[in-house]
Amino acid sequence: MRERTATPIRRVGPGGAAALLLALAPAAIRRLALGGAAALLLALAPAAIRRLALGGAAALLLVLVAPATPAAATTPRASLTAVESQVMCVACRESLAVAHSPQANAERSFIRTLIAQGYTDRQIVEQLAAQYGPAVLAKPPARGFNLTVYILPPAILLAGLAGLAVALPRWRRRTRAAAGGPAALGPPLDAGDARRLEEDLNRYA
Amino acid sequence: MRRFVVPVVAVAIATLLLALLVFGVTNQGENTSIDASIARGVLPSVPNANMALPVLGSASASERLSELRGEVVVLNVFASWCAPCQAEAPVLEHAQLQIEHRDATVLGVTYLDTSTASQQFVHQWHLTYPVVRDVDGNFVHGLGTDGVPETFVIDREGRIAAVRRYQVNGRWLQQTLPRLLSAPS
Repeated sequence: MRERTATPIRRVGPGGAAALLLALAPAAIRRLALGGAAALLLALAPAAIRRLALGGAAALLLVLVAPATPAAATTPRASLTAVESQVMCVACRESLAVAHSPQANAERSFIRTLIAQGYTDRQIVEQLAAQYGPAVLAKPPARGFNLTVYILPPAILLAGLAGLAVALPRWRRRTRAAAGGPAALGPPLDAGDARRLEEDLNRYA
Repeated sequence: MRRFVVPVVAVAIATLLLALLVFGVTNQGENTSIDASIARGVLPSVPNANMALPVLGSASASERLSELRGEVVVLNVFASWCAPCQAEAPVLEHAQLQIEHRDATVLGVTYLDTSTASQQFVHQWHLTYPVVRDVDGNFVHGLGTDGVPETFVIDREGRIAAVRRYQVNGRWLQQTLPRLLSAPS
């Protein structure tokens, strides 16, 4: 599995790398980042697009708050692969998804037993934590110093987006002015010159 | 003045992040203060000695190390999956049979292990000494433990007299225990 992802990582540009980082980030951070990016795009977009986007967001909100369908209410069956990616092999101190040791196999056997008993992914992770302690969790519990893992990255991302939202319009204005905007045209023509220019232009129209 | 604002804020944020990184690294690092203290000849008290630890195989019973004050305790942190723990189990059981009538005991503490696997381990090696569980690792982290096996010999005053952060053998126990056992309780 590692080998399959190795080559694309080298080929992607900054945009791809950002997308990859987002894909690897926890769901909460992904939501924050996407929200921030959407807000930035909205801030930079013309008024008409902004109105359209707000309309779309309202429609989406309506869909989200509508009663859930029976299909959405059913509990998905737990899978070994999904649980493996959320826990560690406590003996080898690497993700259970890649660990190969007697202890890793013992943990997998424990997970399979719980799957057979009808436990959900979340319940199985909780059971593992109850047996092995928090050291078995791949993601550190969100308390104490560990909170920085959850707070700092989105905070830095949002600060960066806010900085861009402020800086980008300024850069755009500065670039336009340097390229010869209205301010760079020089003094206005007097009445005679303006009339002659108008006549010349009409001749070629 | 205004042009200095952005660099100053950037440097302040970078310093803050660096300080967080240093704090995180030093906090996660190995705690060897107990070893250093013993090496200086100053025997430290057992941290978190009042913490109630559930007895292995019991739904409600728990034990506190402070309740064993007055006894010499060979505190062994282990897990069933750990090969050195399996190798030292007969040595510790042999020690238990020798010291249990002299106001002393071996106390097993399971760490990073399921209760079922730990119970199988106790059964497999015919261990007769008490075994408690430290599920969260809060008790053993106070001892600077980050892996298994580790063994601490605690005197009758509740102080750590010797520590071994790898597999114990009979010779080490023979060198460590007699002096402590002969001390009045």
